Amino acid sequence: MKFKRTMTFALATLVASAFAHAEDRVVNVYNWSDYIDNSIIQDFEKETGIKVVYDVFDSNEILETKLLAGASGYDVVVPTAIFLSRQIQAGVFQKLDKSKLPNIKNMWDMIAERTAKYDPGNEYSINYMWGTTGIGYNKAKVKERLGTDTLDSWKAVLDPENAKKLADCGIYMLDSPTDILPSVLKYLGLDPDSKKPDDLAKAEEAMLAIRPYIRKFHSSEYINALANGDICVAVGWSGDIFQARNRAKEANQGVDIGYSVPKEGALMWFDQMAIPADAQHVEEAHEFLNYIMRPDVAAKASNFVVYANGNKASQELIDKKITSDPAVYPDESTLANLFTTTPTSPKDQRAVTRVWTKIVTGQ
Amino acid sequence: MNPLRWITNRLVILVPYAWLLIFFLIPFFIVFKISLSTTAIQMPPYEPVFNGTDTWNKLKELSFDNYVWLTQDPLYYRAYLSSVMIAAVSTFLTLLVAYPVAYGMARAPSSIRPTLLMLVILPFWTSFLIRVYAWIGILKPEGLLSQLLISLGVISEPLQILNTNTAIFIGIVYSYLPFMVLPIYSALEKMDYSLIEAAEDLGCTPTGAFWKVTFPLSLPGVVAGCFLVFIPAVGEFVIPDLLGGSATLMIGKTLWNEFFSNRDWPVSSAVAVVLLLILVIPIVFFQNAQAKAEEAGR
Repeated sequence: MKFKRTMTFALATLVASAFAHAEDRVVNVYNWSDYIDNSIIQDFEKETGIKVVYDVFDSNEILETKLLAGASGYDVVVPTAIFLSRQIQAGVFQKLDKSKLPNIKNMWDMIAERTAKYDPGNEYSINYMWGTTGIGYNKAKVKERLGTDTLDSWKAVLDPENAKKLADCGIYMLDSPTDILPSVLKYLGLDPDSKKPDDLAKAEEAMLAIRPYIRKFHSSEYINALANGDICVAVGWSGDIFQARNRAKEANQGVDIGYSVPKEGALMWFDQMAIPADAQHVEEAHEFLNYIMRPDVAAKASNFVVYANGNKASQELIDKKITSDPAVYPDESTLANLFTTTPTSPKDQRAVTRVWTKIVTGQ
Repeated sequence: MNPLRWITNRLVILVPYAWLLIFFLIPFFIVFKISLSTTAIQMPPYEPVFNGTDTWNKLKELSFDNYVWLTQDPLYYRAYLSSVMIAAVSTFLTLLVAYPVAYGMARAPSSIRPTLLMLVILPFWTSFLIRVYAWIGILKPEGLLSQLLISLGVISEPLQILNTNTAIFIGIVYSYLPFMVLPIYSALEKMDYSLIEAAEDLGCTPTGAFWKVTFPLSLPGVVAGCFLVFIPAVGEFVIPDLLGGSATLMIGKTLWNEFFSNRDWPVSSAVAVVLLLILVIPIVFFQNAQAKAEEAGR
């Protein structure tokens, strides 16, 4: 019996390896939508002969569910750091083999220090892009209603008086409690990382006061809505708002989009590339990560998506307009105002989601 | 009886049962089993209740905590209620639109009926998602509908329909219309129209004849159509997500939140099981009542 099993196993391995050799080299990448310059993928395929199967998602929750269900079939995935940290605990990822990642020397210590909070020692992930959660707005429409086109405070949306004035032309917010609640807590002068029921209740109260003036909670629609001039204000991710700004410019319909990192402080987030524990193409995945960490490639990616990356050596190759924009690459004073948050425990998560449902549905 | 024929007869009956077992009962039991477990930070994110060992002891300490939890938070109760309400209103509206369409089709000359039937089915050739997206373009404040009405001078301000319940009703009525039209059409097509002539000869007004003869005869089609629309509409997720506002509370979205945001597979499974019960029990009752009515009618 035992012999038979060993034989079957040997045969299966033989067949599997024969197929693997016959097959082309492949890497399955699962990244955010609108989050890479396609020529990066083409160049990688040309240089290495590895075929990239590229697939996209638009929320951390979708990615996380696929990973937790197991056998996702992906070799490289890009979760946001606070999601990554819980996924590491659940055993979703494998440790990176740093010997296969010589380009890791290009990474930026300022970012690595911060991502180590989520991934101790950065053993499981490398930073792809990072950014802030702030306010994107239609300059002309906001000026008409608030009398100014420089929004430098969360007050512009979180103060009911202002929100009321902006309501008719439309306010959008991310449908993401991990982004909005810390920002509201910070605006209220509380600890943005707090999971205390009392603090959450205060955030809920502040949000319910402006809820009637918010048109929609959604995490991707606001790019087009801002670019088309359909809405006034969106609380969203920095790079998405820059993409809206660029699309508006291309469309040339007179829509001018601004982005502000509010002076009270804004959330800083990190999108990390990691390799699932059950990945089928580990070797190719490492080659892909190493390629992404090449300064010219990282610079190309940032030029396209208009997010800052965690690659120090790439900075001199990035468009000056991007590196000199404090909304993308914050200067010292802005950086001091940015904050990070830690993951929520499963028990607290229920309370957070409950508060969020109450805010979103207004009941 | 010929034994071979006996076996084939049994086999034919077996097919639908096998279908039910593989595509309904087994998935249902998997979901039910998850609904009895507890969450954990692992892959998959719950602590399985049965893993083949010590089954009997585990059976004794089985916990229905997740179901108890559903009764403790009014969120779930309100979400179920609002889903059923939205589904009921949309089903009624769909019926109002579909009945005249089906009636017109059934009374049309038989030469053009296949073409009409084709036109009803035609939208299915385009992806459901794209058709719902198209409604965003029509209904948004700067969209086609507002522009048309403004240019006609009917309204002066753009309409705010998108992201409201009205948009959800429009979306559901539009998407599920064929499911209502087809069963009503097939009921009306079989109808013997000399019955109406007889009713009119006996002094019935056309309206009276419709309510006394046509409508009762089409009732099986109406009921089938209503079920075909109501059941998927209760659990609808895509239409409220795309067309509805954030304020719309529906069970599909609640389930999504439990599953994706809370990573609580056990509670979301419990929500799904309860949803199924809410839908199945009335249908079973209804079928029983109908079977009895048929017996009595004989």
